[in-house]
Amino acid sequence: MTVAISVSNLQKSYASGTMALKGISLEVGQGDFFALLGPNGAGKSTFIGIVSTLVTRTGGKVRVFGRDVDTHVYQTKLDLGVVPQEINFSQFEKVGDVVRTQAGYYGLPRKLAAERSEKYLRQLGLWEKRNDRSRALSGGMKRRMMIARALVHEPRLLILDEPTAGVDIELRRSMWDFLLEINRAGTTIILTTHYLEEAEQLCRNIAIIDEGRIIENTSMKKLLLELDTHAFILDSDAMLEDEVNIDEPGLSLRKIDSHSIEAVLSGGRDINSAIAALDRLGIRIISMRNKANRLEQLFLSRLRGNGEEGG
Amino acid sequence: MFSDHRLVAFETIVIKEVRRFTRIWLQTLLPPVITISLYFVIFGNLVGGRIGEMGGYRYMEFIVPGLIMMAVIQNSYSNVVSSFFSQKFQRSVEELLVAPIPNYVILSGYIAGGMVRGLCVGLIVTLMSLFFADLGIHSLLITISVVLLTSLVFSLGGFINAVFANNFDDISIIPTFVLTPLIYLGGVFYSIELLPPFWRVASQLNPIFYMVNTFRYGILGTSDIDVAWAFTMLCLFIIVLYGGCIWLLRKGTGVRS
Repeated sequence: MTVAISVSNLQKSYASGTMALKGISLEVGQGDFFALLGPNGAGKSTFIGIVSTLVTRTGGKVRVFGRDVDTHVYQTKLDLGVVPQEINFSQFEKVGDVVRTQAGYYGLPRKLAAERSEKYLRQLGLWEKRNDRSRALSGGMKRRMMIARALVHEPRLLILDEPTAGVDIELRRSMWDFLLEINRAGTTIILTTHYLEEAEQLCRNIAIIDEGRIIENTSMKKLLLELDTHAFILDSDAMLEDEVNIDEPGLSLRKIDSHSIEAVLSGGRDINSAIAALDRLGIRIISMRNKANRLEQLFLSRLRGNGEEGG
Repeated sequence: MFSDHRLVAFETIVIKEVRRFTRIWLQTLLPPVITISLYFVIFGNLVGGRIGEMGGYRYMEFIVPGLIMMAVIQNSYSNVVSSFFSQKFQRSVEELLVAPIPNYVILSGYIAGGMVRGLCVGLIVTLMSLFFADLGIHSLLITISVVLLTSLVFSLGGFINAVFANNFDDISIIPTFVLTPLIYLGGVFYSIELLPPFWRVASQLNPIFYMVNTFRYGILGTSDIDVAWAFTMLCLFIIVLYGGCIWLLRKGTGVRS
């Protein structure tokens, strides 16, 4: 596997004495769609800041596509595109100028810069806004503009720090489609997000960071397979007159309101066994949904585990 | 000086800077022109008429070089300090820092932007002055070189101010409490021959005094100081300030965590 980014023993301590990163080691393969998750203040943005050279590290090594960021500054920066969490463009510039200027910073000649900015502004649905002042854009549009700006030099590695924060669901899904498309086209993507559904939908591999340490680093599939207990909400077609209270090994059913039943499955029991048990009681199920996002359950359990270990 | 991609980055920064100060020309280009025109009318025409001659020239002709230089100094400085600080404030400086641009190209771009504004305003003020005084040029080479070097010095000064500034007060303290007094005491409105011996010596510690007088020499052919020494001092200032700016950028002072 070609490694897009490799960090070893990455450390960052601030003048205040806060240790933001306590020796992180991580590898992200080329072409991967990688999730970096963690609670607020876990060190995700510091990690991204160090990789993008905005934050000076205290210790450790960072390599991008095999090159040391200290000795190959020019090439590693060319390979990187960064979409930060905070809005960081001039609010007084026009949308088109912000993107074209960034292209110029990367050394793209004016004609190519104009072509690239048109390409990405069109792809992100902002071409009609190119002559508007950037401060006039909505929150979602600002985020898309920052993605267009980060892509204008066509980096091999794109780092997105909560790109869909505050973006409505429809727009979020269209951004997911766009990101999946550029990932399929070969761009490696590292994503941090608080929307765990987003990470589950998009990412193939995942690392969870907490209190400056990596506490989980695996594939999304493996992580989800570790989830032993699944909770579902089942909706019946008719009003439930009587209490439903089934407690068998690996299956627990409980009425939660006049039309809904909570089913908790464990030990390899599947959802069919729950539906069959309800069928025996004359209850017909017409729809079902996960009670909570699966990744969210795992994420919380890992954080709880880390907190206990940390004591 | 720059390879291709660095030249493109340099041009991009300069174009962005020029676009910025021309977009807000009501704040950047017009006020200095109005202020300096008022100086011409009040000090040159009304008061100057009663003063008579200064340094062998009509008072209006004596103050014109100093007023042009004042415009160049203030605008070169304020363009860089306000633009770079504003980029820090809006965090758009990160756009530059993540890009593969060497520090000297970033610095050169901002300095060039400051010089372009300083020289634009200086040119407008010079054209305005032609309505009030008959100006000849004693030495074109000295006139142009001193104005370029002075603009460069104060652009560099503005950059250092912006690096250390944490809020908008910080970018107005130096211009208000340091730059303006030094300009006013730098022989813009008087010859130091009028001063008592102590203040004459004290004036010679003011670097702006040398810049104003060298520029005056370039235009009028008269000066209170040794022009060669003034150029030496300007070059020393440039070397020290440039070195300081590059060192600050390399350290990431004010821009990197």
